[in-house]
Amino acid sequence: MTVLEKWTGKVNTVTIGATKAQGGGRSSVIKVGGEESLPFLFQEGAIANKPVIAYEIWDIAPVDWPRELIEPYGDVLNDSLEWAQKCVREYKAEMLCVRLQGAHPDFGNKSAEEEAEFISRLLKTVEVPLIIVGSQDDDKDNLVLPACCEVSRGERCLIGSASTDNYKTLAVSALADGHNIIAESPIDINIAKQLNILISDMGLGLDRIVMNPTIGALGYGLEYAYSIMERGRLAALSGDKAVASPFICFVAQETWKTKEARVTQQEFPSWGSESERGIIWEIVTATALLQAGADILVMRHPKAIEKIDKYIDELMDSG
Amino acid sequence: MFIIGELINGMYANIGRAIREKNKDEIKRCAVAQISAGADALDVNCGPDSRNPISDIQWLIQVIQEVTDKPLCIDSSKPQVIKSGLEVIKNKVIINSTTADLEKLDILVPLAKKYNAKLIGLTISAKGIPQNKDQRLELAATIVASCSEQGFPIEDLYLDPIVLPVNVAQAQMRDILEVINEFKIISEPSPKSIVGLSNVSQGACNRSLINRTFLTMAIAFGLDAAILDPLDKDLLDASITAELILNKQIYCGSYLEAYRKLL
Repeated sequence: MTVLEKWTGKVNTVTIGATKAQGGGRSSVIKVGGEESLPFLFQEGAIANKPVIAYEIWDIAPVDWPRELIEPYGDVLNDSLEWAQKCVREYKAEMLCVRLQGAHPDFGNKSAEEEAEFISRLLKTVEVPLIIVGSQDDDKDNLVLPACCEVSRGERCLIGSASTDNYKTLAVSALADGHNIIAESPIDINIAKQLNILISDMGLGLDRIVMNPTIGALGYGLEYAYSIMERGRLAALSGDKAVASPFICFVAQETWKTKEARVTQQEFPSWGSESERGIIWEIVTATALLQAGADILVMRHPKAIEKIDKYIDELMDSG
Repeated sequence: MFIIGELINGMYANIGRAIREKNKDEIKRCAVAQISAGADALDVNCGPDSRNPISDIQWLIQVIQEVTDKPLCIDSSKPQVIKSGLEVIKNKVIINSTTADLEKLDILVPLAKKYNAKLIGLTISAKGIPQNKDQRLELAATIVASCSEQGFPIEDLYLDPIVLPVNVAQAQMRDILEVINEFKIISEPSPKSIVGLSNVSQGACNRSLINRTFLTMAIAFGLDAAILDPLDKDLLDASITAELILNKQIYCGSYLEAYRKLL
């Protein structure tokens, strides 16, 4: 006999993107979250929205990406707007995640005005919903992200990342300009919950928060991230609304810095061809995170994305 | 923990007076205060002095429903008062209560089914108050069997072990706590457990301390619900913390605030 769980809670639904009729300029909107059961357990509860993949692009040519990752994109990596267009036109990206790495003092130190101008042009270039993340330099991001929030007012982007040490500036901007926010915690569900409460205390509703639980790639703490996400999701489904936010996982960022994804066959002959290894690493990491409850996967390699897209469709069809 | 606020009861002077004078504002104020403090549901009892409980219960329920859609717990030992209350109920409802006497079970279980109500079953009968764990379990089994025979969902049944004042029945306290846990193995799915908390400190000193100590111990024994004074902040803090320790909610610095704000 199959024993089915009865869940009382539900993951919040967060809407990303706004169409012209809704005051934005996107051709579609994406809803994430809303699960009423553990991932893909359709018999125990509804899964209202399928997990979604966002193509990661940068505002500058990527730094330190291995050859396998550069190859499929080629020259467009030198022009972020073309890069964005290629993702949407050629790879049919449903959503983009733009990392403003160039704002970082060590990677070009672009000004808030420059980045705001770039976001403004990007919004005119593509019509898919946007995730905008900073350079991971808090002081600089606190200047850049509010400017980007302002030029994208009404577009209902997902902006990140807020942390317990640095959330007020971003929360105020997201609130003022109608965006959603990424709340980032260091693989720690207690801090994740606290941050959600701190942000919601500022008036930004829990239906506008997506949690970045911080993940590790396969072999680099993936199972630890998995257990944290699972614990959060079990609590959410049991009624703990403070952790009932959808998850965003920066899959590629973690995958492509692992040794296994990068070293050549020449260096490690027994590991096989590097042209497939990194892609497989990104795929395996993503599949595990989907089972842990990921709602948004930020990925890079088109082949890995193609496989995961198919995998998601198959899992959703099983319901 | 499912918390039922106990303060709308005619035995309290302010509520008794409000019922006599049909003072809606006093009742509404009391309802809102309890819900703001964290009550998940409100007990409604006309009190022993009500001259016309059949109409008073309807008046109380209608007044409370003007300010909240939280579940209401119709509290009377008289089935006809409960029946009268059910006739005007719009919110979700809990019947408080039946005993293990068949003549009551035969009236109240069908009523609970008809109104889709949850039902509180006291482990007590016309023979008197149980004196030990076995007697409580026997009475509990009688209630479960009757519900089962009549097709009432057992997971909607709340068994009350009858909490006695600590200053008169100290020797029974351990039995009362243990039976809360043992209620769960009577059937599958399990019935739930509930206590009328304030009774434990009736006539004693340090009432608030006794209440919250008993409550945290009962939660550790698996208690699902309690009828209590939700305005006792220390009591609710203790309850929330007990559940935290049992891993029923995720810890964070603001866990008390999170519970109150979001649950």
